[in-house]
Amino acid sequence: MGFLDTLLGRSKPVQPKLDALFSLPTAAITLQAAMGLTPTGTGSVCFRPAEGRAFHDIESEVRELLAMGPEAAPVEVTKDSYGFTWLVCKHTSDEMEALVTDLHAVNTSLADGGFGPQLLCTLVGFGDDRGRKLGIVYLYKRGTFYPFAPLSGEHRDNALELEVRGQVGGDLKIEPDLSRWFPVWGAPGL
Amino acid sequence: MVRTRYAPDRGLQARMGLTVFLLGLVFVAFVTALVFVLIAAKVGAGAIIFFAVILGAGLTFGSLFWSDKIALSASGAKEVTPAQAPELHGTIDRICALADMPKPRVAIAQTDMPNAFATGRNSKNAVICVTTGLMRRLDREELEGVLAHEMSHVAHKDVVVMTIASFVGILAGLLVRFAFYGELFGGGGRGRGGNNNNGGGLPILLIVLLVGIVTYAISFLLIRLLSRYRELAADRAGALLTGQPSKLASALTKVSGAMAAIPTKDLREAQPLSAFYFAPALKPNTTTLSTIFSTHPSLERRLRQLSEISGQLSK
Repeated sequence: MGFLDTLLGRSKPVQPKLDALFSLPTAAITLQAAMGLTPTGTGSVCFRPAEGRAFHDIESEVRELLAMGPEAAPVEVTKDSYGFTWLVCKHTSDEMEALVTDLHAVNTSLADGGFGPQLLCTLVGFGDDRGRKLGIVYLYKRGTFYPFAPLSGEHRDNALELEVRGQVGGDLKIEPDLSRWFPVWGAPGL
Repeated sequence: MVRTRYAPDRGLQARMGLTVFLLGLVFVAFVTALVFVLIAAKVGAGAIIFFAVILGAGLTFGSLFWSDKIALSASGAKEVTPAQAPELHGTIDRICALADMPKPRVAIAQTDMPNAFATGRNSKNAVICVTTGLMRRLDREELEGVLAHEMSHVAHKDVVVMTIASFVGILAGLLVRFAFYGELFGGGGRGRGGNNNNGGGLPILLIVLLVGIVTYAISFLLIRLLSRYRELAADRAGALLTGQPSKLASALTKVSGAMAAIPTKDLREAQPLSAFYFAPALKPNTTTLSTIFSTHPSLERRLRQLSEISGQLSK
């Protein structure tokens, strides 16, 4: 924020950065090759719904849009306890490209409707046969990714998260500020 | 891209700009008056002005630098970890991610008075504090609205702006006090002999006293005005951040109602922190005179702005 912004007490809602999402399929290949973590095929977009008719209309449009098309994947809508909406797209494990395209469709619909600032994060799920769970979270406002590995009882597998950071650091722009790796407990698709 | 949805309030910004400009003007006029006094006077008044400036600058700097510690200890709040208050931390995490801000420290004050404040000299040293009374009365989305309002205070650097803005008032207040005691005890020069060190007919300390009083009064009103504008700006930014102006409005109504029901005696103890609070720690007063002395805009004014934003969002 500039000096004048401070003086006049103004802050603009932050617009999301959308394009970085397309680097996810490459990272998925790396994760599979290096750590044996495969995509679950589930991905979700999390946003804060704004009140009023306009946002509601756009939200319904997005859901219709995702339900159409020849390769339409099932879409699920859940609301978390913080009042945020998660749109969950379910593809098969090998359809990473299609999943990212779907997620991107949600983002652009919201951003084109003028509600880009309401976007919080996108989460793509990974897992392996040892029962490890991992979410790659994309922060729209930062344009960065971070790994989130929940264990039972609201604990995080920090070792796994840091290992993932090392592996996919070349494919994804990882959030350097660890205090922004906030936990998304109970996020759908994990 | 539809940009009008998050349109800034140019009227509010213009009024705030004008208020800041007037405060600057008062400061310049004040300094000019002091320089004239210094030129006209001998050591007596000069020393008083010098000490007032040093002490005023020290107080301002101190309250800015230690604002987080002062506010936390004055309110008796304790910092909490994510494990101690997972929901509160979770809500703040999300607001920070939406607003692209670093996460502040989080504190809880054990009091039934429903309120919240944010302090700290910059966003890295910021602390956001809520009371247990607030968490008990509000639902999660209302609490989110209040927290977004407080985060907007942090984003707007309101602690820095208001502290610096108060500098001229603090300085004038100190000077009035020093000049008053100077006049009482030290200004005995008049009694002895011809007394031509005053230049004009008025004793120099009396002039300092008058200048100080006038400056203090004007800057006091301007600072309160600025504080009210910045509350409105934080309401607006907070409401746009969550996209839920009506939730913030409902939180405001609940908090104001609860504050009005709390005995005045308890509120008076909270008064020194009032400027930082989400809602004023004073009984709502309806007389027109009290509104120009108030640190917060009236409930009606805040609700009106929030319903305007709600209208903008649903267009």
